[in-house]
Amino acid sequence: METYSLLREFADSWMLLALFLFFIGVVLFVMRPGSSKTYRDVADIPFRHEDKPAAAGDIPARARDAKEA
Amino acid sequence: MLNYIKLIVLGLITLFALIAANFARDLAYLVNALIVAAAAGGVFLWVLRGIDEPVVKRDLSGEYMDGVVRAGVIATAGWGVVGFLVGVIIAFQLAFPVLNFEWAQGYLNFGRLRPLHTSAVIFAFGGNALIATSFYVVQRTSAARLWGGNLAWFVFWGYQLVIVLAATGYLLGATQSKEYAEPEWYVDWWLTIVWLAYLAVFMGTLVKRKEPHIYVANWFYLSFIITVAMLHVVNNLSIPVSLLGSKSVQVFSGVQDAMVQWWYGHNAVGFFLTAGFLGMMYYFVPKQAERPVFSYKLSIIHFWALIFIYIWAGPHHLHYTALPDWASTLGMVFSIVLWMPSWGGMINGLMTLSGAWDKLRTDPIIRMMVISVGFYGMSTFEGPMMSIRAVNSLSHYTDWTIGHVHSGALGWNGMITFGALYFLVPKLWNRERLYSLSLVSWHFWLATIGIILYAAAMWVTGIMEGLMWREVDANGFLVNSFADTVAAKFPMYVVRGLGGVMFLTGAIIMCYNLWMTVKSAPAVKSAHAAVPAE
Repeated sequence: METYSLLREFADSWMLLALFLFFIGVVLFVMRPGSSKTYRDVADIPFRHEDKPAAAGDIPARARDAKEA
Repeated sequence: MLNYIKLIVLGLITLFALIAANFARDLAYLVNALIVAAAAGGVFLWVLRGIDEPVVKRDLSGEYMDGVVRAGVIATAGWGVVGFLVGVIIAFQLAFPVLNFEWAQGYLNFGRLRPLHTSAVIFAFGGNALIATSFYVVQRTSAARLWGGNLAWFVFWGYQLVIVLAATGYLLGATQSKEYAEPEWYVDWWLTIVWLAYLAVFMGTLVKRKEPHIYVANWFYLSFIITVAMLHVVNNLSIPVSLLGSKSVQVFSGVQDAMVQWWYGHNAVGFFLTAGFLGMMYYFVPKQAERPVFSYKLSIIHFWALIFIYIWAGPHHLHYTALPDWASTLGMVFSIVLWMPSWGGMINGLMTLSGAWDKLRTDPIIRMMVISVGFYGMSTFEGPMMSIRAVNSLSHYTDWTIGHVHSGALGWNGMITFGALYFLVPKLWNRERLYSLSLVSWHFWLATIGIILYAAAMWVTGIMEGLMWREVDANGFLVNSFADTVAAKFPMYVVRGLGGVMFLTGAIIMCYNLWMTVKSAPAVKSAHAAVPAE
């Protein structure tokens, strides 16, 4: 089979399926249990560290929240 | 030691550029070689003057690198005004052909100025806005200083050099005739180097981030940087006719070349003007509204859906051509599927304001951002509709396309950039507030009414000329000649030019306002006069 037809057949079948499954996987991953809490936290990222970078000893935000809880 | 290596390299570049200028085969190449020589020579002198200065090692990891962002903000505003001005000039050249002055033929006529306008607004204005905001956003959301030290400055100045080389080349006739990718081979090579440095700075900052999660705005920025690198390299595969001339020959030919060009062209829209600017939206809209994005889950799905679908939409530029039907149908179908992520993203941006809609009344900056997201929604509705083959048979080659592009570029890209500039300038120059909010309102209304005049004029004239072109009499003969449509379009061309004048006036008001903010707005009083040593 010539290269064009081979690639075309592959793109139309297995590659299409793989990309589609990856996308469905992303959607399912986003909806995973417990994600709402994580995403509420990360959606606040723009509101931290406005003026200067995190200092070397800073603990990541999520760990800090866990400690406070 | 490093300085000596720099001097040797810069000296060699200057030398070779001057030799190239001496043997140049065409005027554009000659001028570009002299510009390169001047730039390299200037940097050579600058390095030389500071060569034996004692190097003060200061730990900068505790502060953000904002100098390069400030420079980017100035460049964005400056190139913006230049690009809009050239746009206004060529709009009036179309309405009044006498403005293609006889003495400037071959330099300042419509054909030479048009790529100057498109590249100035997309790559100079939009590109500088993207580079500056991405450097600002990636630092804040990673809680880390930019990686690579002065590499960020190399990216900034290298990009300005690309712009100057491209602009002078266009006026003097160096073009590879690919829309939005007109610069010739040596400018393409230089841009590739600058762009890889940009990728390195951005990725390096992400790698050393202190936030465990990569904020969604950075995903959009990163996809923009990587995809543009890929598009740029593939679309600009060409072989120079001579190393001493600007002309090059494309590697692809025929319909393959056309398909590669529009794969590039449409993804320049999709990843440069959409994904990159969505990165801006996902940072600046929440910041200005002072509340997190409406749905973070939706933003992730938005991201993956957008990048998975956009890349296939290019063939819709080639309906009814030598391109196989299956390919143009594929492009059309994916364009229509794009409605979903586009509107998902628009809803996400707008709903970020839910519970804070009152800000629309008091804050002209948030108003600007909201209308920009509104225009995003409108032009991403219009685009897929125009990609449908039957609609395209009416709209293609008409001014409808130009109207569509401008409602997206002026409305979405322009307005979100203006909003970001109004947000950034007080922060970057440490000012309490903007010089004048009422001037922001003036800018807002001038720009909005200008866009509406522009888009409405282009809809009317586009559909009119499309219908005139296809009108046949009872015997099947075409009724109108091409010149008839040109004559009929005159009033709409004048209205379009006036809309452009309003948009340009708004941008000039913005520059004045930002300048006065830096010059005379009160500085932020430091909340912590004495920072304790930690």
